[in-house]
Amino acid sequence: MEDSSEDRVNVKARKFLMWLVVISSSMLFAGWTSGFMVYAAGSADQGLKVILPDVFKYSTAAMIVSSITMHMAYLSAKRLQFDKQKIYLILTILLGLLFFVLQVLAWRTLTEQGVFLVNYNASQSFIYIFTGAHLAHIIAGIGALVNALTGRLKNIAQVKNLYRLEMASIFWHFIDIVWIYLYVFLLLNQ
Amino acid sequence: MSGVSTHDSTAVHHDDHGHEHHKETFISKYVFSQDHKMIAKQFLITGIVMAVIAMLLSLLFRIQLAWPDKDFPLLEAFLGKWAEGGRISPDFYLALITIHGTIMVFFVLTAGLSGTFSNLLIPLQIGARDMASPFVNMLSYWFFFIACVIMMSSFFVQTGPASSGWTVYPPLSALPTAIAGSGLGMTLWLISMVLFVASSLMGALNYVSTVLNMRTKGMDLWKMPLTIWAFFLTAILGILSFPVLVSGVVLLIFDRSFGTSFYLSDIVLNGNILPNEGGSPILWQHLFWFLGHPEVYIVILPALGITSEVIATNARKPIFGYHAMVYSLIGIAVLSFIVWGHHMFITGMNPFLGGVFMITTLIIAVPSAVKTFNYLATLWRGNLRFTPAMLFAVGLVSFFISGGLTGIFLGNAALDINLHDTYFVVAHFHLVMGSAAIFGMLSGVYHWFPKMFGRMMDEKLGYLHFWLTFIGAYLVFFPMHFMGIDGVPRRYYAFTEFEFMQQWLTVNVFITWAAIISALAQVAFLWNFFHSMYYGKKTVQNPWDSNTLEWTAPVEHYHGNWIGEIPSVYRWPYDYSKPGHNEDFIPQTTPFSETMSSNLPHDFEGNAEAERIQAEWLIQNP
Ligand code: HEM
Ligand SMILES: [Cu+2]
Repeated sequence: MEDSSEDRVNVKARKFLMWLVVISSSMLFAGWTSGFMVYAAGSADQGLKVILPDVFKYSTAAMIVSSITMHMAYLSAKRLQFDKQKIYLILTILLGLLFFVLQVLAWRTLTEQGVFLVNYNASQSFIYIFTGAHLAHIIAGIGALVNALTGRLKNIAQVKNLYRLEMASIFWHFIDIVWIYLYVFLLLNQ
Repeated sequence: MSGVSTHDSTAVHHDDHGHEHHKETFISKYVFSQDHKMIAKQFLITGIVMAVIAMLLSLLFRIQLAWPDKDFPLLEAFLGKWAEGGRISPDFYLALITIHGTIMVFFVLTAGLSGTFSNLLIPLQIGARDMASPFVNMLSYWFFFIACVIMMSSFFVQTGPASSGWTVYPPLSALPTAIAGSGLGMTLWLISMVLFVASSLMGALNYVSTVLNMRTKGMDLWKMPLTIWAFFLTAILGILSFPVLVSGVVLLIFDRSFGTSFYLSDIVLNGNILPNEGGSPILWQHLFWFLGHPEVYIVILPALGITSEVIATNARKPIFGYHAMVYSLIGIAVLSFIVWGHHMFITGMNPFLGGVFMITTLIIAVPSAVKTFNYLATLWRGNLRFTPAMLFAVGLVSFFISGGLTGIFLGNAALDINLHDTYFVVAHFHLVMGSAAIFGMLSGVYHWFPKMFGRMMDEKLGYLHFWLTFIGAYLVFFPMHFMGIDGVPRRYYAFTEFEFMQQWLTVNVFITWAAIISALAQVAFLWNFFHSMYYGKKTVQNPWDSNTLEWTAPVEHYHGNWIGEIPSVYRWPYDYSKPGHNEDFIPQTTPFSETMSSNLPHDFEGNAEAERIQAEWLIQNP
């Protein structure tokens, strides 16, 4: 039917919106990291000059594992294994929350080292900007995951279930990659 | 618009959730509408209101510039302490130019222009029922509306609106106590702009996704009207550049409110030495102009797209060099990301880097020139119909040439040392943006008014509006070149304190009179616009004998645009005055099988079967 083909086009177009969100959000982080480089190039004593807390390693691991569980949830949904989908989604959400907590712990370690947000070496302030903005994305991502999970619990139609899941998954993998990018960026400037 | 289904008994075609079925309320139809045509009108009318406000602000500071020693008691009556004794105060003068620039660049020429025409034309010209996400589209308008309200609310706070220029350079923007406008006014400016960016992004995401995914059958990319190409590339520019502004703004907010030092260093404020160290205001300039330069193209590209369409239609000729037009749009879009440094030549940047930015800047003039020549070639020996829309489109070409030429002067680092921050820059961007882009927008309004409101605007008033505005704009902005060459700086409150500037006072009086007359000319437009909305002549289906898809949709609006199936597309949009055809236009929906007498070999794009049929027909009809 004509109708359903128009519907399909709409779903495709809406999924594409998420890719565009990913692109514009990448530009946001590109803006900050370029800002960092311009700033750090300003003078010799404006480098990062911090040993990054080890907690970041654990949070990175949590993030990577969460991407795997995300993908498992997606595969399960495709194979119509809805119970598994539910479990993997919950796992992903929990890992996201764990990541959040670990990042906040990292902030504490940093402040104990005397690295504060308000800082006359703004390179160090940038650490908080990077991680803070990323955490804001994590919150949005968890929102998307919860949305997919409630859809699952309410047993919505499979098309819609997959749609919500795909939207969440594109975004979640994206913020995973953003974190790895930020971490590597910081490590290289350490 | 009570329902598509009632008009369409044979086949029920409706978009996704079938929400046409329940009756639309006033709220869902006029306020929180999700119909792209209604949202376009909302953007247009809000844009016009904001434009009028910004124009009145400019008259206020023009009065100050022309008569710095005169008292106007009337001003005090309206503005109170901001015009004590009938004179605009220096603080308020700065607030006026700041808000004038902000509103014109962002609220009128970005949201008002793209918001109106991308919304109206993208679905209608590519053959889609609506945007990819009508809901996000609605949000986009309401974010814009709230941004407008917040920006205007800064006129009602004690310390007045933001005053550090539309580019809000720190430290004035980063230290809440620096000048009056740095306080609450600046905070409101930032909040408003964050909402504005969110609105623009939501719009742009929709435009791009809709163009890429929702074109009707036969509408491949190379059959799209140039308007669509322009809106599409504009949206991409927005998606890539607005987030960078946000990253800059976030840092600014931290500097203002949390005491960080991204942009601040070595500052003495009211005799106190501030602790901030290490920051750099240049960092803001980089982040701002990385958006700022693409932004000026976000402003001009839609106007250029509209002009292509209006000129081709009214010259009754195919647009000259369609492919060249598309490639130069793409060229401009790509290059616009690597020229931002030309706004920063005198920030002490490495001369070598300055040279690089100079070269990229001069290169971007090439695709701009290609477009200009193609407009002229399209007009050349055309069968010109001087509708008001056509006049404004030709006006755009004129302003784009005269303003673009001065860009080439400014793009030379060595010349810019003299010209930077003088009235020469003011002249440049008011011609190329203030005049050209506004003319493009007005051209679009005159051309698509029948599509939006089902009625025609009055032509005579249109001509009056055009000639007064066209001549007025040149009289206002042309003399500014000479002031700039003489070194008169921009953003100065009064020319009375400097001997070399005093001789320009008489010119200022002249400019202000020209500005007042041009402003009065806009009354003709406003009257025409609002009066014709209700009392204009009813339009016919295709008033300009145009080829594009929007004119095949019914005059009366339906959510879903077409009753029944969406028409398919068979040809490009510029088959005007094609030899051998009995009319001087062939709509995109006409298949080649119905135009055997005018088909050309390259129309078939190598389709052997079609070529064979055509050859047979030619033999039978010698
Ligand atoms: C032919 C291509 C163009 C070139 C080579 C060019 C070059 C320049 C340069 C070098 C400046 C910096 C002047 C200075 O501050 O010292 C400038 C300023 C400006 N240009 Fe252009 N321009 C071109 C086209 C445009 C277009 C199409 C627009 C907008 C539609 C535009 C809008 C502006 C604005 C708004 C400013 C001033 C910003 C400010 O300082 O407030 N320009 N242009
Ligand atoms: Cu520029």
